[in-house]
Amino acid sequence: MDLNELSVLALWSAMAIYAIAFIAFAIDLAKRSAEVSAASELTASASATAGAAANTTAAAGRAGVTTLTRADPDAPQVQPKRSAVLRVAVALTVLGFLLHLTATITRGVAAERVPWANMYEFAMTGAMLIIATFLVVLTRVDLRFLGTFIVGLVLVFLGIAAVNFYVEIVPLPPALQSAWLVIHVFVASIGTALFALGFALSVLQLVQHRRESIGADLSKLKLKFVATLPSAARLENLAYRANIVAFILWTFTLIAGAIWAERAWGRYWGWDTKEVWTFIIWVIYAGYIHARATRGWRGSRSAWLSIIGFAAVMFNFSVVNLFFKGLHAYSGL
Amino acid sequence: MSRPSDYVDAGAPESDRQRPDAENSNIQQPKLGFAGTLRFIWRQLTSMRTALLLLLLLAIAAVPGSLVPQRSSDPNGVIQYFSDNPKLAPVLDNIQMFDVYGSVWFSSIYLLLFISLIGCVIPRTKHHFDAMRARPPRTPARLERLPAHTEQTLEGGDAGAAIDAAQSLLKKSRYRTELYQGKNGDISISAERGYLRETGNLVFHSALVGMLVTVAVGGGLGYAGQRVVVEGQTFVNTLLDYNSFNPGRFYNPDDLAPYSLSLDRFDVKYEQTNLDAYGQPIDFTAYVTTQTPGGELAERTVKVNDPLRYEGTDVYLLGNGYAPTITVRDSDGTVVFTDSVPFLPQDANLTSLGVVKIPDGLEEQLGMIGFFYPTAQLLDNGAYTSTYPDLVFPVLTLNVYKGDLGIDDGAPKSVYELNTDDMTQLTGGDTGVDSIELMPGQSQQLPGGYGSITFENANPNAEPLPTDATAGDGPATVSTASFDQAVPRFASFDVHRDPTQGWVFLFAMLILGGLLTSLFVPRRRVWIKATDNPDGTVRVQYAGLARGEDPGLVEAVDAIAYRHGTALGLER
Ligand code: HEM
Repeated sequence: MDLNELSVLALWSAMAIYAIAFIAFAIDLAKRSAEVSAASELTASASATAGAAANTTAAAGRAGVTTLTRADPDAPQVQPKRSAVLRVAVALTVLGFLLHLTATITRGVAAERVPWANMYEFAMTGAMLIIATFLVVLTRVDLRFLGTFIVGLVLVFLGIAAVNFYVEIVPLPPALQSAWLVIHVFVASIGTALFALGFALSVLQLVQHRRESIGADLSKLKLKFVATLPSAARLENLAYRANIVAFILWTFTLIAGAIWAERAWGRYWGWDTKEVWTFIIWVIYAGYIHARATRGWRGSRSAWLSIIGFAAVMFNFSVVNLFFKGLHAYSGL
Repeated sequence: MSRPSDYVDAGAPESDRQRPDAENSNIQQPKLGFAGTLRFIWRQLTSMRTALLLLLLLAIAAVPGSLVPQRSSDPNGVIQYFSDNPKLAPVLDNIQMFDVYGSVWFSSIYLLLFISLIGCVIPRTKHHFDAMRARPPRTPARLERLPAHTEQTLEGGDAGAAIDAAQSLLKKSRYRTELYQGKNGDISISAERGYLRETGNLVFHSALVGMLVTVAVGGGLGYAGQRVVVEGQTFVNTLLDYNSFNPGRFYNPDDLAPYSLSLDRFDVKYEQTNLDAYGQPIDFTAYVTTQTPGGELAERTVKVNDPLRYEGTDVYLLGNGYAPTITVRDSDGTVVFTDSVPFLPQDANLTSLGVVKIPDGLEEQLGMIGFFYPTAQLLDNGAYTSTYPDLVFPVLTLNVYKGDLGIDDGAPKSVYELNTDDMTQLTGGDTGVDSIELMPGQSQQLPGGYGSITFENANPNAEPLPTDATAGDGPATVSTASFDQAVPRFASFDVHRDPTQGWVFLFAMLILGGLLTSLFVPRRRVWIKATDNPDGTVRVQYAGLARGEDPGLVEAVDAIAYRHGTALGLER
């Protein structure tokens, strides 16, 4: 078995593991829904005596010092229990990621260059960076409730890549032989990963917002697990944080692309189709950032911009690469 | 975490962008007057909402240019589009769909956006300048009302000592501080940090303007020219020597630096081992010799991704192909034409199309349209195709036309096109005469007794081929010879001069830097208030307010309280 076959094998194994992780994440969401149902019955029977307790509770400090602890207004309405299946899901994601990483690295070693020079490789590396970004973010913020979405998205990417985009290893054409291939494409991929996170959070924000505007009655809720997620305001802030980091990376991608285009094509900007779409995406997210500072545009409207922005990112990656005519004809298909 | 609500809704001092909302309520008022109306329009235009709408509009307006071919990036695509959609294309052309990025409507959107931007940045710069010199504002009376606050009660010491410690703590954290005396005997400190955030934002937006202006001006100050150079030929950087030349509006072609550039050799490496990519080019290198007007020679290379920066110009290698050397003699054997004619590649295996024009020396003008196949293979239908891009079995086929070449009136004609409307076809097609077919080194008689044509072998060491091959059995008679170097290659160079490129880069860096500071430097106000309690303890309150996005505000206030406690010797 040569290295490239090893890479393909590792990739399919990663997909199998991701598939199980996906199921585990989905089971966790189902469990959350069940907990919410239980909680809603509980509150119904216990009648509304307690009400929403005071915003702050005093806790005794040491040696005459009193510290106030705040209640978190953005905490979920129903605090989900510690979930074993969720931990399994994360562990499987890590395992799948290691296989995925192996697949990517062996492909690169076999090709003797960076493993992102055609659609198959972009998809493989990009998907890996989505998982990597997700796992890194998990160490700082508990976003495990996004697991179904993130792992699901990556599974779709990998499935399409492995089945429809697979190409044998071929050497780089002269136009791609540049250090900018390493930088430009890599940064764009991390940016895409963060935009994906922002997108998922914005979708949940909209769902959560609807729930909040309907009222706190848990029994009327359709997607019950939503009650175990943070408030819409917090989801919005998280989405914003993911999106602005991604936006900076995207700005860098745009500039790096222009520098590379100057060297390779003799002009830094020529409204090539791929350039056009990179620009469109940039402008949409600039609009998103403005929306967050514009009265009447915060909240759901800005969430829609984040969703549209990510749709444009996906469009740029798929339709523009495959069907639009332009200088960026590197899909390898 | 709560939203920094002050930022959008509760009129922060520098929020010009809120004014239009206040202005909206004026719409019902009967008369604004002329100046009032102007002011109203100006405020609408420079409002945040207008900026947002214009941005979204710009994104939408950019889309059609990716769906329809553009004259600037794909002129042939436009021609193709016209012939594919003869009804639709003129309609689209009327609304500038083939020049989207220079169109009136696209330009008006971005110009409005930039006017809005300038109208927004100038007052904000002034506000920011004032804010940087102003004292941090008075401490609010009831800090516990602010969303980010905490407090602790300390034993020993007094309010003054607590505030002293607080001030040095905040100063160390690069806050600007101001002491205030409260009505109830409390003392407080008001602090603000993160002015850099707004600075970054202003730098970012101003750099956008700078970028736009530079690009607009830069297009006019330089030029772009194209030139095809065959191995062994020399190109001189003067207007006459370009195949095409597009000067910017402010460029005077007399300013061209008159250097010269000779193409000594053009090397192509093809993949030979990986069967999945057999014959794929993996390297193009043009070996050139440059010469300054003063006569200084230098040997250099031009590669894809590695242009030659020379005498204020950038020379890019953008294309290459074969240029068969063709000689035509009249019936007496006198040479009437000899040249290496660039043939334009049509596919990955370099099947190439070219035109030969012989205006003088024969009884009539002759034109030829031909194909060159570096590795020819006969298809079942009798046509050739090329199966490999290198010179393994090179064949040139030509169809001859006689008549008026249409070049005598002096109007420039493309060297790659032959208009056969006024010409009579002599070979191929319906004429019943076989097309001319030659391999390097071979000659053949032209039809109609006009003379002969030779496809020269450019390799001086080549073994001679049978020279008197006749039509029809030409190529088939040889198969073992090596055709290495038999046909010269050409390189097509783009030569650009854009003196503003460095500025564009500078603005790009400012944009990136401004963005980083404005999105990641937190701008916040912090207040610490100390009150002496009757029982001898000191009550210290801490509160913070975000100006703009600030996810870490609550943590920051807690951290200040904690460090303040530590500084005052609190045991943990
Ligand atoms: C060419 C058009 C514009 C582009 C591409 C653009 C882009 C951006 C970007 C990327 C940001 C986020 C980074 C930062 O805070 O510096 C931003 C923020 C901002 N822009 Fe613009 N902008 C444009 C026009 C305008 C105009 C016309 C206004 C004023 C009406 C404006 C006002 C602001 C404000 C106030 C912020 C800060 C928002 C915040 O802190 O969340 N911008 N802009």
